[in-house]
Amino acid sequence: MPRITSLELSGVSRRFGHVTALDGLSLTITGGEFIALLGPSGCGKSTALNCLAGLLPLTAGTITLDGKRVDTQPAENRGFGMVFQNYALFPHLTVERNVAFGLRMRKVPRAEIASRVATALSMVHLSHLARSHPGQLSGGQQQRVAIARAIVLEPPLVLMDEPLSNLDAKLRLEMRTEIKRLHQELGLTTIYVTHDQEEALSLADRLVLMKDGQVQQIGRPEELYLEPVSPFVADFMGFRNRITGTSGPDGFVADDIRLTGRSTVTGAAIAMCRPEDLRAGITTNALEVTVEVVEYHGRQFLLEVRTPSGQALHAVSAEPMSPGDKVKIGIDPERLLIFGEET
Amino acid sequence: MTATVVQPSLRLRLAERGVDLRLLLAVPAVVVVLVLFVYPFVFGIRLSLSPQRFTNPFDNYRAFFSDPYYYSSLLNTLVIAVPATFVNVFAAVPIAVRMRRAFRGRRLLAAALVVPVSLGTVFLADGMLNVLGPAGWLNKALLGLGLIDDPIRLTNNWWGVFLSLVVSGFPFAFLLMLAYASGIDPSLENAAATLGANRSQRFRYVIFPLLLPGAAVTLCLNFVMAFSVFPSAVLLGDPSGSSRVLALIAYQEAQERLDPSMGSAVAMLLAAAQLIFVVLVLGARSLLYTGPATGGKG
Repeated sequence: MPRITSLELSGVSRRFGHVTALDGLSLTITGGEFIALLGPSGCGKSTALNCLAGLLPLTAGTITLDGKRVDTQPAENRGFGMVFQNYALFPHLTVERNVAFGLRMRKVPRAEIASRVATALSMVHLSHLARSHPGQLSGGQQQRVAIARAIVLEPPLVLMDEPLSNLDAKLRLEMRTEIKRLHQELGLTTIYVTHDQEEALSLADRLVLMKDGQVQQIGRPEELYLEPVSPFVADFMGFRNRITGTSGPDGFVADDIRLTGRSTVTGAAIAMCRPEDLRAGITTNALEVTVEVVEYHGRQFLLEVRTPSGQALHAVSAEPMSPGDKVKIGIDPERLLIFGEET
Repeated sequence: MTATVVQPSLRLRLAERGVDLRLLLAVPAVVVVLVLFVYPFVFGIRLSLSPQRFTNPFDNYRAFFSDPYYYSSLLNTLVIAVPATFVNVFAAVPIAVRMRRAFRGRRLLAAALVVPVSLGTVFLADGMLNVLGPAGWLNKALLGLGLIDDPIRLTNNWWGVFLSLVVSGFPFAFLLMLAYASGIDPSLENAAATLGANRSQRFRYVIFPLLLPGAAVTLCLNFVMAFSVFPSAVLLGDPSGSSRVLALIAYQEAQERLDPSMGSAVAMLLAAAQLIFVVLVLGARSLLYTGPATGGKG
């Protein structure tokens, strides 16, 4: 597998008329890394991937692979493997010929094609379906074919565009592990687009969180998970509780709520935390609330509660509760993030 | 204790047996087809088998295939219809493939390509005579520019009929092929590109194989229209020579030589030739992949 040393994106931008879908993406990826481009729909993550693949020309910026510019090359000369959201398997070709397609375009000798296709298919556990047509396969099997088709070329870079979004929950978990396993075994460099933070956290070495075409934060999964840099990133990473108030020397105040958290700001502020950190039974930062909705989540109960001043919050409890119960919840100050007001 | 079993409704009981009463709504259409198509067809076969000028039932057909006056018309028709059909379909494929993508002026171009459909054959023929005739605009322009010394003969011969079949048949071929081409998932072409296929390889290995079944149907429809060419053969062709086509012979036999029996025989041969072509093309089509042209789950 031709390992790359580095892929450098610098100021990569794409405009559609007056709309800037991708605004100056700069990122350096080292060989063997698994990068997730994460963000809500319309944030420019798929645009970024298509620009990388060569399916969309850039309107500004450069892409350099090991010192060579690739953004001026058409898609067919870049040699990146791509896995599409809808799989994009050729419906008129058998599984085997789908996987062999790229090798045939490269005029690889017939015997070598046969052995490489067989290896790729056994890697995704589909050897027994080599002669089927894509239409005869289930969604998960089609996705495996799409992955085999991309990796059989031993591409320096594999691009995946929300590859699991059309699969059911169970299959999605299986394929997630499969993708990670292939990435490790083959030493691939992978760029993976998703809107699912859990998927991104579990797969990637580094995450790039985007909004409106602009990068919000780049970092390792635990950095984004524990230390989001803005309310937007925090919200996307699962900080569902959001209280607006003011931050001062004696902590964060909003109406009758007084909390201490990790804060460097004074003045108007937003306090955010995860539901799983706001628990019944914690005595620091205690709040007295009324339970409104109880959801059963196996090992714990997810509560929607309301403070006397009317602030709705999500919390968890190990004990069963019923709507109307008064309960005291609290949070470790380390787990409460306080941001300055969003600009 | 007696349990009363409620009978399911008649419609449900019939549906269980695969009978759908709503299909009765199709009865008027079936009647029209029977009366206006099947009956004349059966009537025509019987008529062609009772010759007016000969004694044995098959003598009309025997006469057709032994007399060059008759059988040459079959060749004339093929020599005009087959090239016109293939030109229409082959020209429609690349244009339809290009027209899948949005670009400025796409609708205008599509409209311009389809307008000839709205013109009647006679109107079209008149226009073509004005433009392409010996004293038409084209020849006047070319003569005026000194590019030619004698007018080019583009009407009242094979070219006239051929061109009129292209002008009237192309829009149909184009519209059909555009529908087929639009059904091909654009991500397939992107996938082929990322796999290293250049523009011509993408067309050859992905787009073309997926268009072929549609092209076969288009070929059949266009051939049937071209093969029964009549008005433009008379108006733009050379009805006594190269454009003496089957439809013209059938008309002349029935209406001018007052031998409807022979006319029917010619009409039956016309239908038979069309049927053979369609069966051959659709037979070949059944060997192709004919499923949906999408890349997987949408």
